[in-house]
Amino acid sequence: MELLNRRLLEEKIFAILMICSILIVVGSLILIFTVIVFNGASSISLEMLTQTSSPRFYLGKGGGGILNAIIGSLLLALPATAVAFLIGISIALFLQRDFTHPTISNFIRLCLDILWGVPSIVYGIFCMTIMIGIGMSTSLLFGIIALTLLEIPIITRSIDESIKMTPLGLKESAYSLGSTKFETAIKVVRRQALPGIVAGVLLGLGRGIGDAASILLTVGDSNFIPDSLYDSTAALPTMILNLLSMPDPNVQSKAYAVAFILLIIVLIISIASRSLIKKSTKYVIK
Amino acid sequence: MEKRKLRDLIGTKLMLVITIFIAFLFFLILFTLLTGSFFIIEDQSITELLFSSNWRPRSGEFGLLGVIIGTIIVTSIAMIIAVPISLLTSVYIVEYAPKKVRQVIRPFIDVLAGVPSVVYGLCAFIVFVPLIRDFVAPFFGEFNSSGFSLFTASLILSIMVFPIIISLCIESFNAIPIELKEASLSVGATKWETVKKVIFRASGPGVLSAILLGFGRAFGETIAVSMVIGNQEKIPSSLFNQGQTLASIIAQNYVDVMSLPRLQSALIFVALILFIVVLIFNMLGFLILRKARARWNY
Repeated sequence: MELLNRRLLEEKIFAILMICSILIVVGSLILIFTVIVFNGASSISLEMLTQTSSPRFYLGKGGGGILNAIIGSLLLALPATAVAFLIGISIALFLQRDFTHPTISNFIRLCLDILWGVPSIVYGIFCMTIMIGIGMSTSLLFGIIALTLLEIPIITRSIDESIKMTPLGLKESAYSLGSTKFETAIKVVRRQALPGIVAGVLLGLGRGIGDAASILLTVGDSNFIPDSLYDSTAALPTMILNLLSMPDPNVQSKAYAVAFILLIIVLIISIASRSLIKKSTKYVIK
Repeated sequence: MEKRKLRDLIGTKLMLVITIFIAFLFFLILFTLLTGSFFIIEDQSITELLFSSNWRPRSGEFGLLGVIIGTIIVTSIAMIIAVPISLLTSVYIVEYAPKKVRQVIRPFIDVLAGVPSVVYGLCAFIVFVPLIRDFVAPFFGEFNSSGFSLFTASLILSIMVFPIIISLCIESFNAIPIELKEASLSVGATKWETVKKVIFRASGPGVLSAILLGFGRAFGETIAVSMVIGNQEKIPSSLFNQGQTLASIIAQNYVDVMSLPRLQSALIFVALILFIVVLIFNMLGFLILRKARARWNY
């Protein structure tokens, strides 16, 4: 009886500990959202969203906004995601048994998994080294390259996971109708992988738009909307850092507004991906 | 017919080239970082870089000891906080939570994983810095803390690795065959005893690799850390002192990096250290995970 009580007591203690830890996890998420929403919403204005920034904006003398950072971020993340998607889907299709021996494809998967874990600052430094090596300066182009490298493993692994689910019979029937390997991959398997594609692309986009470390060293800063690939540009995450490094608390509070916008963008992407994955799963043949 | 065959050939070759590119990207990064840091290694010996604590870029001294110690302290404290909490959370989600709670919590954790690190950093800047300065540090007898400290960085890092460890742990807990649990419960073990003696043991490799991957994330996190750690390259004397980590020192110097070639080479060397350490830990993590997957077929 004594023993049983002790065992039940242990059970209870750990049940309480579990509740505590889940409250900590959920609480920290709620904390982050409330802090950013409360601080951000109070310092945001329509003016900020429609004007580009200026030196006066950073000094807190009124005027100016973050339009160039919003557009800069989109100009960085959207092309990077598009390129990473094209590269990712080619690799993911190629990793199938039809094209590659499983030993080799497993080695490539290991490479991708390791690239996934590489900190984004390393991609930043890598692109910076190449940029300086070929004698160019900070520009939109190298920001896009850094983000592309960052997103490739994310997108590829996601597509790869869903391609693995393709029923063999489906491919076999495509082959028996006389289609080539490439046609089967592009027309049949790609369709099956649609949920994975949607999930991967949106995951990569969310990661790319919010990542500061990889673009910190590669895009520089500017107060204008970039005209060409070779211009420096501002972006939302780097702008938060710049605003925060200013001594004036009023200017610092604008960083909260920028973070608020960034958080909203990321949330929209996350919600969109949930509903799109659900929609696209309908067309998958099991 | 010819056209289709040609398209097949071109498409396949294109895919092959892209795949080879990715397999080589890995070596390309390593090679670039090595050549980039060659300048500083030649200038000062590796031992001087790693075991001297004088970081004075303007007079050409690049001792990283203080930064390395800072990194080890910050990462280990973050993991000490994060591992038990995320393990208990994932056990709760898989074994204890009612279905409704489970359905609500999973998206929560996905969202937590998608929040940009700069937002985490800003949050720590607004909430944790004053909290540490006014309450936590004085409680431990440190009255001069500015709030920007190693401990602040560890706190925010632990929150950042929650979602990674939790989602990987949930995946490996779910993969355990239900018969194992039933056998344990049917001989009279309590639920917690089943978790402790059956689930943890069966999913040990999965949990270990989740922890290693979380470690990799915490180790390489740059922006959030650099926002709250205070950026001091000395050997830290207390948890509530300012410090620096390998990743955050790069972010700290991003303005000067273009104008000082030695600093640039030193930072490339730092990135090389980051790359190699993360490489080793991730490789371990994935090899362990692969073993676990082969065992339980997930």
